[in-house]
Amino acid sequence: MKRNIKDKVVESLTGISVLLIIFIIVSILAITIIGGWPNLNWTFLSEFPKDGMTKGGIFPAIVGTAVMTLIMAVAAVPFGVITAIYLAEYANEKSVLAKIIRFAVKTLAVVPSIIFGLFGLGFFIGFIGKNMDGILNGGELKWGQPNILWASLTMALLTLPVVIVAVEEAIRTIPKEMREASLALGATKWQTIKKVVIPGSVSGILTGTILAVSRGAGEVAPILFTGAAYFLSDLPHSLSDQFMSLGYHIYIMSTQSSDVDATMPIQFATTLVLLLLTFSLNGIAVTLRYRIRKRAR
Amino acid sequence: MLYMNNIKVKVNDLTLHYGTNPALKNINMEIPEKMVTAFIGPSGCGKSTFLRTLNRMNDLIDNVKIAGEVIIDSINIYDKDIDVVNLRKKVGMIFQKSNPFAKSVYDNVAFGPRINGISQRNKLDEIVEYSLKQAAIWDEVKGRLHNSALSLSGGQQQRLCIARTLAVNPDIILMDEPASALDPISTSKIEELIHELKQQYTIIIVTHNMQQAARTSDFTAFFYLGELIEFNKTELMFSNPAKKQTEDYISGRFG
Repeated sequence: MKRNIKDKVVESLTGISVLLIIFIIVSILAITIIGGWPNLNWTFLSEFPKDGMTKGGIFPAIVGTAVMTLIMAVAAVPFGVITAIYLAEYANEKSVLAKIIRFAVKTLAVVPSIIFGLFGLGFFIGFIGKNMDGILNGGELKWGQPNILWASLTMALLTLPVVIVAVEEAIRTIPKEMREASLALGATKWQTIKKVVIPGSVSGILTGTILAVSRGAGEVAPILFTGAAYFLSDLPHSLSDQFMSLGYHIYIMSTQSSDVDATMPIQFATTLVLLLLTFSLNGIAVTLRYRIRKRAR
Repeated sequence: MLYMNNIKVKVNDLTLHYGTNPALKNINMEIPEKMVTAFIGPSGCGKSTFLRTLNRMNDLIDNVKIAGEVIIDSINIYDKDIDVVNLRKKVGMIFQKSNPFAKSVYDNVAFGPRINGISQRNKLDEIVEYSLKQAAIWDEVKGRLHNSALSLSGGQQQRLCIARTLAVNPDIILMDEPASALDPISTSKIEELIHELKQQYTIIIVTHNMQQAARTSDFTAFFYLGELIEFNKTELMFSNPAKKQTEDYISGRFG
């Protein structure tokens, strides 16, 4: 009898938890769509903010986010792929170096994003940028301040573990027989990696890239001190320019605006754009990953 | 003298350990050129391991220790300054499970020539056609050279793998149970092919199938528990084995 009651209690608890999660997701979506959809139109997507940022669109924030994630991907993907190749193909699992790298990748993945922001400020702007100015510009301030390059590189550090994990997983699903076939034909290890392993991991590299882009597009903390701007009347033209970003735009609209009520529709619509962007990117990544896992079986 | 042909591979006191487990014990053997030599024996007897010592594929496994010599064309392939990549060009290998790359038929066969630096289209075309013809699969695939190799049947895939190996122009072809996953018709095609190929190549085949060894090979080696028990002309091995263990295995009393 008592056992029966326990069973019922546990069952109800798990049921309630599941319902709660569904409720949260549905609420987020519903609130964002109800609040944002009416304001979402072509003008909103294609115009600059107007009238002290209480009207107009989010065009520079969309472009800024896109360019920032692009530069981020250009930095993070090759670096991540090379690391994944090392871990999957060269590293002896028992070697100290491989263990250190694995530990570093795992640790990097759990570092709070604001710490990356501070690191970017100290390392890229305070150290590299400042020294670049000293050497290239005779001390004149150009690189030693926030810009889209440093923000993208900071974001690249944050998303690096995502790329490494996705690519290494894909590399490991390539059957041993494929490598043996290549080696038995007299291919060197590098030829085997270049012609068999990397082509076979393309979908994994793509998955990692999309996951990284979707993560990078949504994060705010790493770019807070390293390049994101409150408002710019022009798009970034060079790597040393600052940029506007969707996530940061939502933050300033809801906390820094002089007239928060007036910006409410803009906040909702911007949030909807960001959500649609990250959801669809994640959707693509999940589909690709599912295909890789199916191949592994 | 046992052979009419020259010796292609001479194995002297070869011993192999996985960690501390001996997998091959003191193998001595002379394999003749341009003939088919079959390795038979029960599972785990070391025949596949031995085959893989002949192109140093065991190098890929951690914790393998090898002592002794394998002399191919008067060079010990376990010498320190041997280039394993060149060795594997000379000693090709066909695996138990056909393993074409997820590329087109053409690109599979052209893989070896390309990594050797051949890039002229007409030269590659010529090698691909010649290799596919040699592997007796040209007529079946000539109309779909640019389709995925994975669209071929299992038997076709295995013959494609043979063509891919031939395209590198090896002297010796190692075959590790090449037909064990195939249906009888595909198997007989592979066996006919082996018969054709021995005009030009030295072939060493591992097989579980007694009839296959009897049908395809000129010489047979029987392995048991990591030792070479008996090595002789195939017809003598099957009609009049010298050792009791060989006779028991061939007649199906164990294994």
